[in-house]
Amino acid sequence: MAHIAEHYTAYHPRWLRTHVSTYWWLRKRSYFAFILREISSVFVAWSVVYLLLIVYAVGRGPAAYEELLEWSRDPWVILVNVSSLLLVSFHAVTWFNLAPQALVVRFGHTHLPGSLISASNYAAWVVVSAIIAWTLIGG
Amino acid sequence: MTKQIKLQVARYRPEQESEPVFDEYEVPCHSDWVVLDGLNHVKDQIDGTLSYRWSCRMGICGSCGMTVNGEPKLTCATFLDDYAPGPVRVEPLRNFPVIRDLVVDLGDFMQKLVRVKPWIVRAAEKPLSAGEYLQSPEEMDEYKQFSMCINCMLCYSACPIYGLDPKFIGPAAIALAQRYNLDSRDEGAAERLEILSEHEGIWGCTFVGECTKVCPKNVNPAGAIQRYKLNAALESVKSFFLPRGA
Repeated sequence: MAHIAEHYTAYHPRWLRTHVSTYWWLRKRSYFAFILREISSVFVAWSVVYLLLIVYAVGRGPAAYEELLEWSRDPWVILVNVSSLLLVSFHAVTWFNLAPQALVVRFGHTHLPGSLISASNYAAWVVVSAIIAWTLIGG
Repeated sequence: MTKQIKLQVARYRPEQESEPVFDEYEVPCHSDWVVLDGLNHVKDQIDGTLSYRWSCRMGICGSCGMTVNGEPKLTCATFLDDYAPGPVRVEPLRNFPVIRDLVVDLGDFMQKLVRVKPWIVRAAEKPLSAGEYLQSPEEMDEYKQFSMCINCMLCYSACPIYGLDPKFIGPAAIALAQRYNLDSRDEGAAERLEILSEHEGIWGCTFVGECTKVCPKNVNPAGAIQRYKLNAALESVKSFFLPRGA
């Protein structure tokens, strides 16, 4: 049994104020998924930086591009890029699934179902990816 | 012999304790008994000193929100049998100061609720002779979902952002502001936006989404906040390009 609260008075009982633990995000799977989604933003930023590095190297000529490719073969760069691919995909999927909550599209008197809004995001993703793949590989 | 289930109930008696303790009670586990029935059994038959809030017992008043086995729940809608063989741990709602046992202080929410003006705001009232403010079923459908909020505070309890930053206006208050913004009779959206576009308003939300998951009335406060963000962003773009108003 804990000791009697010192500051207790009959007219203003001492309220119990608890603090959120630093590790609150480990308490629930959904909290952890949220933190993972937030952290994945760093990898989204890295993907942008890496893309700019490629553009910059291409602009400087074949030798610079070859140098960048050589650097990209380093195991740690591969590790960062593979992690980025996974986390950026996770980032995209979570946001596509959340999109219907922010977007309410009216069609006459009815609202477009949320699944259709998510599906349109996925469809746009597939189309843009296919165009990029076709440009790089087949074009 | 009736099946029994053990309740582990958080007790905080400020005149006796500086930290909460858990008391255990064996209660009948009838198939139609909810956690609130178990607490009422404790109060009536075992220990009359147990304090908790409840009223309607049918998911309307929003008084009996508590943390059941770590999840914010309306105890009148949470069946004991779902937790069999137990034990069932009952604690006060998280993120609120505890007054006694399972009773939390909701004063912070009440102050925030008033700030977002959850009532119909009109620039000028029509004279009575002009009749009612008419509304079509389609117009009512626009806000009906958000009007189902019963202020049970489960969303605040589930929201880690509110726990970390109590200045955050929070899910229910924002959803209720949105309820009036979407009402065709209301003209107070601009006034509310001024309050809700503060840092502690809609922008405080990082879209964890737990508020929507725990809501017993399917209000979807997370959706309301994201829609509000989109609105606020559009309004600020509009005010940039049309500084004197459209």
